[in-house]
Amino acid sequence: MSTGSLAAPDLTTRRAPGLGGFNLTVLRLEVRRLLRNRRTVLFTMVLPVVFFLAFGLNSAYANEADGHGNVSAFIMISLALYGAVLATTSGGAMVSIERSAGWSRQLRLTPLSPAAYIAIKMLTALVLGLSSMTAVYIVGGITGKPTMPVYLWIITALCVWIGSLIFAAYGLFMGYLLPTENVMQILSFTLVLFAFASGLFVPLSQFPKLFQQIAQYTPLYGLNQLVHAPFLGGGVHVAWVANAAIWLAIFAGGAAWRMHKDTARV
Amino acid sequence: MTNVNLGPGSRPGGAAQSLAIEIQGLHKSFGSVEAVKGINLNVAPGEVVAFLGPNGAGKTTTIDVILGLSQPTAGQVSVFGMQPRQAISRGLVSAVMQTGGLLKDLTVEETARYTASLFAHTRPVSEVLQRAGISDIADRRVGKCSGGEQQRLRFAMALLSDPELLILDEPTTGMDVEGRRSFWGAIRHDTAEGRTVLFATHYLEEADAYADRIILLRHGLIVADGTSSEVKAMAAGRTVRATLAGADEAMLRAIPGADGVEVRGETVLIHSNDSDAVARYLLMSTQARDLEIAPRGLEDAFIALTSDDTDGDMTSTGASR
Repeated sequence: MSTGSLAAPDLTTRRAPGLGGFNLTVLRLEVRRLLRNRRTVLFTMVLPVVFFLAFGLNSAYANEADGHGNVSAFIMISLALYGAVLATTSGGAMVSIERSAGWSRQLRLTPLSPAAYIAIKMLTALVLGLSSMTAVYIVGGITGKPTMPVYLWIITALCVWIGSLIFAAYGLFMGYLLPTENVMQILSFTLVLFAFASGLFVPLSQFPKLFQQIAQYTPLYGLNQLVHAPFLGGGVHVAWVANAAIWLAIFAGGAAWRMHKDTARV
Repeated sequence: MTNVNLGPGSRPGGAAQSLAIEIQGLHKSFGSVEAVKGINLNVAPGEVVAFLGPNGAGKTTTIDVILGLSQPTAGQVSVFGMQPRQAISRGLVSAVMQTGGLLKDLTVEETARYTASLFAHTRPVSEVLQRAGISDIADRRVGKCSGGEQQRLRFAMALLSDPELLILDEPTTGMDVEGRRSFWGAIRHDTAEGRTVLFATHYLEEADAYADRIILLRHGLIVADGTSSEVKAMAAGRTVRATLAGADEAMLRAIPGADGVEVRGETVLIHSNDSDAVARYLLMSTQARDLEIAPRGLEDAFIALTSDDTDGDMTSTGASR
């Protein structure tokens, strides 16, 4: 191969990286970046804790039996889910800052595939979701109000954490779709709507019939039912799983599609 | 020549060596605006090529297509015989962009390590930071770096994959003279190893000082393509200025040796490589007076070759290579 001119590059030794460029170095650096953003980390931990302290300890209903424990435990699961999805959405939406900095375009000049990047960003957002969920469960434990068997503390916590992945994808997709300046305002607002429509803040039975029917197709509905299922012990509906899986596919697919398209100069 | 097989057995003695860049009939439109109107370009491995032209000439659009960041409206582009995206994923091509492309909340070293981790084959991060002259600020947050330091970081990132082709899109825009000189010093040092370089610039002196070959672009077309001295030769003519009432532009254009003619009221400007002949003609055959003959600099040639008010005549001279 060295018989060509001096400049003839030996292209045969060059190859593309495996897994579309996915690797642990990037994952570690992304988590480090995220944790440097203290304001977001604190906000997504404090907000659901404050909600829990405000609504989860009310002695008028908190100690009433519910599922395998009491109402306070049910509310703790709900607000841990709200905190976790708020956190993962924020984590995902940080991609809008990267877009405005031209970082997405820079990444298009590397072997990193959109799918690998989406996977890295979703896993990173999960770290933020973990901190938010953990904060609610620790405060819940300290107050001593929520009661349920130990294994349910663990199982529901895991369900909340892993389930919040759907909203990491949501944050990413919207981060690519919406303008940077107001992406979090828009997302916080939609999350409140999704939370109401999923019955997370107020039981759906208190809403009109039409609203209840539409609500079943909204993105947080399936997830909210699923994370409470172990606690309530009433089994799992295929519709909940389908709701969660379809929304995850829509958000993750949308994010990968937008990243692929995002080569605009800044 | 369109498809070069890169299989190990298919390059007997390097004879079927693929071009670093091969562009055929490239057109790129944005809506109704045609940014690139048919560019053909071959760049051989090891060449250092300057894309020179004013804003809107199609430099960055062409570069974006070479990098696979945008798709041609028509035409073929290949890089080392591959689709641009394939060449990128093998780390064969990298680019230093003018602005953006950095995260403020990472340090210099973290940014380089992040980028390096994405490639299958890279140079060591510490070595590359050294070569870009930013080892001493490795722990500094990118947001706290000066424009010149950020540009050196972009350069370091581009070097990480040890690319065969390095593309620089107006890399020194906004730098002061000293920053520009030391940036080019680093590039020159690097390209001594036979890397192919394509850079866009609107600084003539940069093109002159650092490129083996200068390609002048205007309105999405190549108007001149040659070595620095060939382009200078095109610019070597003089401008004859005279006062001539009722000048007939077509008649002036017909003067032997006149390359470009401008009529501004009673003043006529004639660009020519044979200014003596033009002056003689003007004095002997017309009523011209107040003759002045001035040499034309590279700057003027650049303006003449790329400006709107000279049509046809300069282009034909330029594209003759």
